[in-house]
Amino acid sequence: MPGRIVVPFGPQHPVLPEPIHIDLVLEDELVVDAVPSIGYIHRGLEQLVQKREYPEYVYVAERICGICSFMHALCYCQGIEHIMGIEVPDRSRYLRTIWSEYSRLHSHLLWLGLFADAMGFENLFMRSWQLRESVLDISEDTTGGRIIQSTCKVGGVRRDIGQDKLDEIHRGLDSFEEDCRDLGKVFLNDETVKYRLKGLGVLSKDEAYTLGSAGPTLRGSGVASDHRETGYAAYGELGYKAVVETAGDCYARCAVRVRELYSSIDIIRRAIEGMPEGPIDVKVKGAPDGEYFSRVEQPRGEVVHYLLGNGTKHLARARIRTPTFANIPALVKMLPGAQLADVPIVVLSIDPCISCTER
Amino acid sequence: MAFLKRSPWILHYDASSCNGCDIEVLACLTPLYDVERFGIINTGNPKHADILLITGGVNSQNRPVVRNLYEQMPEPKVVIAVGACAATGGIFRECYNIAGGIDKVIPVDVYVPGCAARPEQIIDGVVAALGILEEKRERMAGGARMKEEAGETT
Amino acid sequence: MTVNEEQTTINIAPGDLLREVGALNSDGYRLVQIGCTDVGGAYEVNYSFDKGYQFRNLRLTVEPETEIPSISDIYWGAFVYENELHDLFGITVTGINIDFKGTFYRTDEKYPFSVTRRGGDRCQDV
Repeated sequence: MPGRIVVPFGPQHPVLPEPIHIDLVLEDELVVDAVPSIGYIHRGLEQLVQKREYPEYVYVAERICGICSFMHALCYCQGIEHIMGIEVPDRSRYLRTIWSEYSRLHSHLLWLGLFADAMGFENLFMRSWQLRESVLDISEDTTGGRIIQSTCKVGGVRRDIGQDKLDEIHRGLDSFEEDCRDLGKVFLNDETVKYRLKGLGVLSKDEAYTLGSAGPTLRGSGVASDHRETGYAAYGELGYKAVVETAGDCYARCAVRVRELYSSIDIIRRAIEGMPEGPIDVKVKGAPDGEYFSRVEQPRGEVVHYLLGNGTKHLARARIRTPTFANIPALVKMLPGAQLADVPIVVLSIDPCISCTER
Repeated sequence: MAFLKRSPWILHYDASSCNGCDIEVLACLTPLYDVERFGIINTGNPKHADILLITGGVNSQNRPVVRNLYEQMPEPKVVIAVGACAATGGIFRECYNIAGGIDKVIPVDVYVPGCAARPEQIIDGVVAALGILEEKRERMAGGARMKEEAGETT
Repeated sequence: MTVNEEQTTINIAPGDLLREVGALNSDGYRLVQIGCTDVGGAYEVNYSFDKGYQFRNLRLTVEPETEIPSISDIYWGAFVYENELHDLFGITVTGINIDFKGTFYRTDEKYPFSVTRRGGDRCQDV
């Protein structure tokens, strides 16, 4: 029997832009156990509710993570609006939906690029990020920010998109979709990609569900759960059906994300077509008193903001459970059985966002 | 050593940032901005690196990691603090474990402002850093020459 | 249309925790999160579950020195939340399947989120 050795993975690791530390227990090249520990990006930002008033905390919520920034703001704002009983105008809900889907596109394209890089497929990495730039251009054009946008606020949104701009975006969607489909074909059909991903890091449907996984990790294992189906923002009117794959391996998780690119483009198209006229925000008075578990579907899965107001301008507590945190148990189950050389791919397949996880 | 200026190698580290600046650092490497055309290469190994691009406000866990990475880099070296958090701690400066800027831990040569810093700004910062790198190199070379002229053995 | 989903919160005693969680598990609920609020002198621990977008929440209110039993035998993945409860708030959770014993979150200060243990304001002044 070969001896066991422990190989530390991270914190500074070329594959991941963010520091995470995992102790891998190996028997020769085979991983038999994985022990994660976190804390390198832990900032304790949940405590900042003491220092920032509830409308200002939106900016902190946006900076939980620079990738799913808009959706953190959205989740927070929807929670506060629910506690305070604010009905936001229809147009702002549609705008929020459009920006949400653009951040999903940017996040998924970013992930596809990093994933290709982890496979050593460099030109696919470059191509994904090249496409991602056109998404960021639209974000910048409509909000002023490439990744941190600060357009969501309690009571609506800060900026409107004019009809000309909406038409322009709508016209651009067809060629963008074509580019995405070309990119998706490589991820889904290329032999090298299949060879690296199929059968790797398998998570069964049962495991995925009971471990409490979220997002593409959960849907890649055949569980149809996507919070957009509950119809927050404008998803109720637009309708949404979760994208599901059944194999539960890295390839399935990749396929979910590729297919979600197409569904996001579809939502944006329909949101622009159905965009109602009207104001984009309402005046907010008073302070939140009460509690709510606000939930939104982020690119990485369901995020939960637990908000507790005590009738003052400062919340008593904000507790943020991010999708990557919920996916750590799944990762611990996926790694054993993988070879050391495949560890970066398995880790990336849950789309880890460490700054979300540690807050 | 004059080739340094034309092909600096970069080490990127996320010291408790929100990820926003980090993906912009990565965006610099990809087709639209493509810093590789300047000979800039992103490396994962501190001993290969000339420039440390570092983001975030540094939490207590990251202090030794940051210092360690810095010490492993060979002289001459330049540190670029990217983003508002790296300069002052930014929005997180009041968090209980945030040191409040990279310069609380290691010396910083160039500060790139912004939340998140834009790729153009980051590239500007790298260009400014190249000048400083060159100065440092000349100073080192000058020091070595003086020693030689004084007849010292190194 | 803002979603007004039904969110039920039930207060339970620590002794009933395992029974209630077991019942939700056999009912097909998944674990969404375990979170803690320090209300000063006592902790409110929220165990949240979901089934088909139906949200249920069990709430324990415990004294700082009370030990709470781990639910990781029922929900294997609960260990991340339970280690977090211990590392950030100083709540002792007994019988976690993967017990990091305080090393899951690497922080210099012990129990940084606990008002009760640290006393008063927890942010820095700058």
